Amino acid sequence: MNGLIRYLKRNVSLVVGSVLLLFLLAFIGIGHMVVDVEDARALSVRPLQPPSAQYPFGTDRQGRDLLAVMVAGTPLTLRIGFIAGFLGVGIGTVLAFVAAYYRGWADILIRGIADIGLTVPGLLVLIIIAVGIPGGLSVNQMALVVASLAWLNPTRTIRAQVLSLRERGYVEIARMSGMSGPAIIFFELMPNLLPYLAATLVNAVSGAILASIGLEVLGLGPIDAPTLGMTLYWVNFNAAMINGWWWWWLAPTAIIVIVFLGLFFITVGLDEIANPRLRKSA
Amino acid sequence: MLLIDILKRCGVFFVIVWLAATLNFFLPKLSGQDPVRTKLLQQAQLGGYVQQGIDEMVKVYEVRFGLDRPLWQQYLSYIGDVVRGDFNFSIANYPRTVADMIAESIPWTIGLLGVTTLLSFVIGTILGALLAWPRAPRWMAWLMPPLWALHAIPFFLLGLILMYLLAFQVQLLPIFGGYSMGVTPNLTLTFILDIIRHATLPALSIILVAVGGWALSMRGMMVTTMGEDYVLFAEGKGLRSLTIFTRYCLRNAILPQITALALALGQILSGAVLVEVIFGYPGIGTLLFQAIRENDHFLIQGIVFTVIVSLGLATLVLDLLYPLLDPRITYKRT
Amino acid sequence: MNAILRVEGLHVEFAHPLGAVKAVDDVSFALNPGERLGLAGESGSGKSTMALAILRMIKPPGRIVGGRVCLDGEELSALDHEGMRRLRLAGIAMVPQGSMNSLNPVMRIKAQLADAFRDHGVQLSNTEFEARVADLLRTVGLRPEVANLYPHELSGGMKQRACIAIAICLRPKIIIADEPTSALDVVVQRQVMETLARVQRDLGCAIILVGHDMGLMAQFVDRLGVMYAGRLVELAPIGEIITRPRHPYTQALISSLPSLEARGTMQGIPGLAPLLRELPPGCAFHPRCPRAEDRCRAEKPAVREVAPNQQAACHFA
Repeated sequence: MNGLIRYLKRNVSLVVGSVLLLFLLAFIGIGHMVVDVEDARALSVRPLQPPSAQYPFGTDRQGRDLLAVMVAGTPLTLRIGFIAGFLGVGIGTVLAFVAAYYRGWADILIRGIADIGLTVPGLLVLIIIAVGIPGGLSVNQMALVVASLAWLNPTRTIRAQVLSLRERGYVEIARMSGMSGPAIIFFELMPNLLPYLAATLVNAVSGAILASIGLEVLGLGPIDAPTLGMTLYWVNFNAAMINGWWWWWLAPTAIIVIVFLGLFFITVGLDEIANPRLRKSA
Repeated sequence: MLLIDILKRCGVFFVIVWLAATLNFFLPKLSGQDPVRTKLLQQAQLGGYVQQGIDEMVKVYEVRFGLDRPLWQQYLSYIGDVVRGDFNFSIANYPRTVADMIAESIPWTIGLLGVTTLLSFVIGTILGALLAWPRAPRWMAWLMPPLWALHAIPFFLLGLILMYLLAFQVQLLPIFGGYSMGVTPNLTLTFILDIIRHATLPALSIILVAVGGWALSMRGMMVTTMGEDYVLFAEGKGLRSLTIFTRYCLRNAILPQITALALALGQILSGAVLVEVIFGYPGIGTLLFQAIRENDHFLIQGIVFTVIVSLGLATLVLDLLYPLLDPRITYKRT
Repeated sequence: MNAILRVEGLHVEFAHPLGAVKAVDDVSFALNPGERLGLAGESGSGKSTMALAILRMIKPPGRIVGGRVCLDGEELSALDHEGMRRLRLAGIAMVPQGSMNSLNPVMRIKAQLADAFRDHGVQLSNTEFEARVADLLRTVGLRPEVANLYPHELSGGMKQRACIAIAICLRPKIIIADEPTSALDVVVQRQVMETLARVQRDLGCAIILVGHDMGLMAQFVDRLGVMYAGRLVELAPIGEIITRPRHPYTQALISSLPSLEARGTMQGIPGLAPLLRELPPGCAFHPRCPRAEDRCRAEKPAVREVAPNQQAACHFA
């Protein structure tokens, strides 16, 4: 326990990131107890009220209580991010191991697809996919759409990491002692990769949230869900900025900033765990 | 050896072009129904003074992409169109062609993105190099936290904040559009200044975020490079600090930065699309936004294809220029 | 004879959370003009740190905490940053380790020489420069065309020769060569050492050769210093060291060589090299020393003259 505290004192980024996200979780948790999330639906309250004691975050033009929208919408946005992030890293890890461990044609194919896929602007491909799905997306479909590209980056980075691990002595020894390929992957490579995988996962979640918000702002999101991105879509749709309804965009902006900062600092912290060499230079 | 590399790299580019066209063709069909046909028929029912043209489009579409034709024939005629740069008419803005509308808005985006990407890359790289240099002024260390924080925020969110502060509250800069309303675009100094004033906020929201990213990665590369043996020997040669900094550290640390730039173009563009949308900037992003709102499938497909190909081209150029900077590369490969 | 380089009581420490580590501990010696001095020791004995300390190139967390270095009567510690910079290469040149990539991979050899000339205020016309470069490359046994090549186009031996060419381009008074042939194969190693010996003779400069290869030392140097745990435990003419080593550590080194003619590196001394962070009290060598007595465990032996021209730090020498 003392050791943990001493370590956390050095790894400030991890602490800052965790505190930000915990704050957000607390906001959601307490919010669900205090606020009626039904008010996140349109026509629930008086429209366009600036923040007051009754509506601390104000209300929007369609009569949603923005506090309720945030309480109900933040977990939706996080859910999209986590589903897509986990799927992306899961698929990416499998592909990366196959490519890096067996090399050969599998490697050329997987690396080729990942490299080409990464040079293409992801948002545009997602737009084509989303536009092709009739009747608009649900929150879960949204997550799947985003996940369809979320594996590219994990595949690429994990592959490189596995390749460097593969050359280490203990893998060689395991191979010579007759361990099978999958066994080496699970018992020898995996444990060494865990901090790295964690950092990649957080990165993927952050990327997925960014992509989903992008799609939503463009009007391709779940129209009736109060996610953070959809709220910003309505902000833009109603020209809230020019009309001076500052509270409408302030709340979702603040929460998105907290989400991204939190995830970013956690990645930095996890990177420090994965590559202790960086600790000195930081 | 070099020729093979160039051919290989060009091959990758054509694969990207082909993939973009193929995805464009097949993805909308995955849902089982043809959203293009649906939209076309809707538009035809709406009527209006362009009715005849729309009816014409439906007919042409049915002949070429009708259900009675096998998929591969449809695919081939689509690829043929794409190769000729023919993306059909805009469904919502008939009789304007998609190619026309794209040609009109793409210079705006190239201008905005070219300037911001270049500026942020140069500023960020220099800043990152200085952050890693032990002889840099002390106060520079204080730049790190804000750079980190900015780097983590999406472009368009910073855009919203800047818009509120600088355009709505202070009214320093215009809030919306690419040039003042009611002005016809011309080549006078006043108009150019007007364009610059309008582009400042969108540009600023991209630059401030991107600078942080480039600075952070450059700082990391510099720290690694400064530990290299040739830097130690350069010091042993009694070279000036400035020589070591520029010719031995910066010169080498910039190589991975440029590789990263080639990889990041897609992300930067994705972010810039949203910035254009919130600022109503008349570039390709806003055009795309309108196309999505109006369900204008031909326009969406045309934009996506054009953007992917242009970016592929930019990456190709960067990749082909790279060996000029790194003498090792032509020998290392193959 | 008037020494060209005098090192007196040099101390280098590395900061560490558990207390400072003495990497170089009170080292003194003098280098005569034209002399070849060897510095031998296991890795971690402080010999490379010594080399860098003479050039004042110790990086944090390392720090020179005491001692003087005088080049030709001029005290280097009194020089400012700029003065010290000008002295490197022009006064004392370093030849980097052979295992390192010491040449900038994206610059032609020519350009790396040009940097050296320019930053030391040597103004040359284009033709003068080309001629000078060709001359330098020939001196180290390279074709003049090498000037236009990049480091990755050279073999390991050629790279090391190019480094030597850079090191001698301003005709320094002293060359410090830190394991210049490590990681080169034996034949190339020999050629590079011969080149180094020849340019040293031609320039008439002194040389400090840092290394752990006793066979190589025996062939190359006039005098040999042996370092152990940051201290210079013995310093004597090479013939004396080989025939009559005084310090038990040196004795162990010499007897571990298969024979004087055969090459050998330091292997086969019982025990492990000490961690500088946990040095034993008294003589640092006592846990591995066959002759250790109570006195050795309590009292650090001072360096003293044990014979004319021969000094050692051992109670029994």
